[in-house]
Order: sequence, then C-alpha cells, then structure tokens
Amino acid sequence: MSEIVSLKINGMPITVPSGTTVLVALLMNGIVGIRRSVTGERRGPLCGIGVCFECRVTINDQPHCRSCQILCQNGMDVRTE
Amino acid sequence: MIRVRSFDTDVLVVGGGPAGLAAAYSAAQGGRRVLLVDENPTLGGQIWRGEWMAPRSLEAASWFDRVRRARVSLLTGVRIVAEVAEKTLLGESQDATYEFRYKTMILATGARERFLPFPGWTLPNVMGAGGLQALVKMGLPIRGKRVVVAGTGPLLLAVAAYLHAQGAKVLTIAEQASRSQVLSLARTLLRFPSKAWQAVLLRGQLWRIPYDLECWPISAYGEGSVQGVLLRQGSRTREIPCDYVACGFHLVPNVELALLLGCELRDGYVRVNEFQETSRADVFCAGEPVGLGGVDLALVEGQIAGYAATGRLDAARALFGRRAHWRRFASRLNRAFALRPELKSLPDARTIICRCEDVPFERLRGYSSWKEAKLQTRCGMGPCQGRICGPAVEFLFGWTVESHRPPIFPARVESLMWSPSLEQGGHP
Repeated sequence: MSEIVSLKINGMPITVPSGTTVLVALLMNGIVGIRRSVTGERRGPLCGIGVCFECRVTINDQPHCRSCQILCQNGMDVRTE
Repeated sequence: MIRVRSFDTDVLVVGGGPAGLAAAYSAAQGGRRVLLVDENPTLGGQIWRGEWMAPRSLEAASWFDRVRRARVSLLTGVRIVAEVAEKTLLGESQDATYEFRYKTMILATGARERFLPFPGWTLPNVMGAGGLQALVKMGLPIRGKRVVVAGTGPLLLAVAAYLHAQGAKVLTIAEQASRSQVLSLARTLLRFPSKAWQAVLLRGQLWRIPYDLECWPISAYGEGSVQGVLLRQGSRTREIPCDYVACGFHLVPNVELALLLGCELRDGYVRVNEFQETSRADVFCAGEPVGLGGVDLALVEGQIAGYAATGRLDAARALFGRRAHWRRFASRLNRAFALRPELKSLPDARTIICRCEDVPFERLRGYSSWKEAKLQTRCGMGPCQGRICGPAVEFLFGWTVESHRPPIFPARVESLMWSPSLEQGGHP
C-alpha cells in the first residue's frame, strides 16, 4: 500500500512514503524554516492548508509552489530559499 | 504553450469538504452532470483531510461512498482563480490551466483559521491549531513532541485530542473564552445530545490535559524555531517550554470566490435565501461561508443546496428543520468563543502583522481604513492577498476588509492571458 517516492531536497536525495506532501517531507528532513521573508526572517508553515503562502518553495524550477498542497512525486527537485 | 482543459457541466461544485460532497451527491440524484472541483490533493475538506482513502469516521466513510457511487466527476488539486466569461471560471493546477463552463454553481469553499499576531508568532513551529493537525494528518511525525494548543474555539479540543492520540505530549490547552461563556455552552449541550456525547468523549480523551480558560499566549520565543511560549491567565504569566505552539482563534469563512462573483455578503458571510441561493442567480452557497456551523450544519446545507440547485425544492424543504436545529447550536457556539478585547493589545510595536510583506504593528497605527493602510504600507498586498492579516486587522483596528479583485489567488501569466474567445478561433 505505502509505496516509496524518491526526490531531491536542495540537491539531497530523500525517500518518503507516497501521499506525503512536499512540506511534510521538508519538515521531516529538518528544514523547519521553509522560506526567507522579505526582511530575511526564516519562516515556517502557518495554516497548513494552502492559504498563507509561508511554505512556498521552488519545484522543478517553478517558483512559489505551496509545498503543503503538493504531493511528493518521483524525481521531483525541491529547492528552498 | 498553454494547456487548457475545458469542462462543461450542469452543476459545478467548488470545494470538496462536507458541504461540497453533500451538495454534489444531492445534485447528482436528479440526473444532472455534476463536477466537483477542490484545490487540495484529496477530497474531504479540512475536517476529513487525508481520509479519502482511509476514513476515520463512519460519517466520512458514508459520504465518500455516496459520492463515489453517484454520477459525480471529481477533480482535485485545482483552484479557481478568476471568472473569464458569463458562467465560465478559470482554474489552475500545478501544471495546467482549466476552464469550467457551468449552468449552476454551488460554492462550498469552507473556512480557514483566524490568526491573531503576538510577539514571536512568526517563528517556525508556531502555527495554526488546525494547521498543525493538517500537517500531522499528511504525515508529520508528532510522537513525543511537546505541544501547547492555544487560541479559541471548539477546534482546539479536537486538535488536542487528535495530537494526543498520535502520541504528542499536549502540555496544555489555553482557551481565551470566559469561564461563564464556556459553562453556559456546556449547559446548552444538553439540548443537542449528539454534541453532548462528543463532548463527553473528548473530555475522556483529554482527561489529563489541562483546559485553561481565560488564558492566552502573549509571546513565543526561540532561536531558529520556537522553544517556548508565555501564557497569561488573570494576573499570572507562565512560561512553558515546547516544540510546537498550535494557535488559532476560531475560524473565518472563505468568501473570496463569492465576492469575485458579486454575491452579496451580510456581516462578513455570504447572504443566502432559504434554498441556499445567493444574491446572484444560479449561484448557491453552503457550509462555513454562509455562517460558521461545523460539519453537521455543512452537510445539511450542502444537501439543501444540491437539491435546490437541481429544482428539487420539496427534497430541499424537508431538510429545513434539521438546518434550523444546527443553526441554533452554531449560534450558541460562536457566541461562547467571541474574542475578548484584551487580545487587541497582544502585538507590540515590532510584531509583524502582514507576514507576506513584513509590515509591523507600529506602521499600521494611524490609518483609518484597510485601503489606506494597504496603499501606504503594502499590508495585505502579498501572495496571500490579505487572507491572514485581513481578519487580524479587522479585529485589531476595526477596519472592514471586504474587497477582492481577480485573480483571487496568484496565477500564472499564461493562464490569465488565455481567454475563451481565443480558444474559439477568434483573432487575438
């Protein structure tokens, strides 16, 4: 049932169970400050449901993806700011 | 190259939580084509998040099953961003643009948490109560983590019980509501036996966890992420070291799409008639956007909207009594968890109010309206479009926060450049 998905976070290869969101994959790998705010503060997720935009990351070169709403997929390249 | 996927449907339901699922199922009973669109990775809304393949309650299981067996087309991971023509909406997923043409629409866009800024609330691992629950539901390990649950509303108890069941050490639940309000609500429960039973079960699950009333967070501290929180209760201040602060101040309805479509609001909620129809013909609305009421009310309103949207007015009418019952319960609940005025003094001068644009409290004082503050400070002008700071400044400054212009979510330029006339072979 629970298959394994392989992806990269900031160049580092990781594996997670399928159905894991990109945000949870980041948090599980010790990245709690997901982005830098406009004045340079480290920010983590607030709403967890796609509203606050605090968890945005770059996925496969596409910036501003809300990592809490996107499931991990094989071969994904995720980058945090 | 833009990939645009077009859908034609009789009934378009936006939002796949309890209200949207009930609406889609009920609309499909009349033989119409029904399309349900949701922006989350799976259906179920926030209350049944992550349960589509593995329901945790009989109620969720039975509604999922009904929707699966009905003639309802389901589309997840797609959010509506704009209206591009009469009865035509534009949607976006991670990698595609969508066009939805409909005859009748049912809005079931749910609610989000209200956040009130306090010093330290922008530290990583300070998040919404429902926010932390959502992450744990999506797989975040919480076993052994120390969590302080704070804010207000029935959600705090549900979240604490869930996190406790997942192995978290819930240190305390800090509820800002007054003792008299909560006791009065407890007496009201006797008239709502199913809710009373839920409360008894919750109490049982939480029996060793303190439920501190008239208590709220005044600041959070930590380096890199949160390491503790200060709670105020009466004249006493307590410091509690913790790994997470899960803090939300009840809910605010998601009315942005309704506003975009020109539906009238009343007191911040979408105004509907007895058949859940909005001021705009052929647009219905059910669940939290018409009044915070929880899952029971959302399910009844969703069914009424689904039946009424497909002309089955008798079936809709048969549910009016149940709706009135749950509306009475909801109004008691919302009264009990009203925000106390002391919370307006939580932010200090440097507390960030708008997290997208990093606008501190001191820069917002002195403006007379939300519009003026936006123009001068960029408060509410970032990617969340004021969804987080709007409800906060509404409470802090008394500003009216009710305006939305397309796109209602940040959208790709190529989506916005696309228009139905181009698709139909007209000259650009």
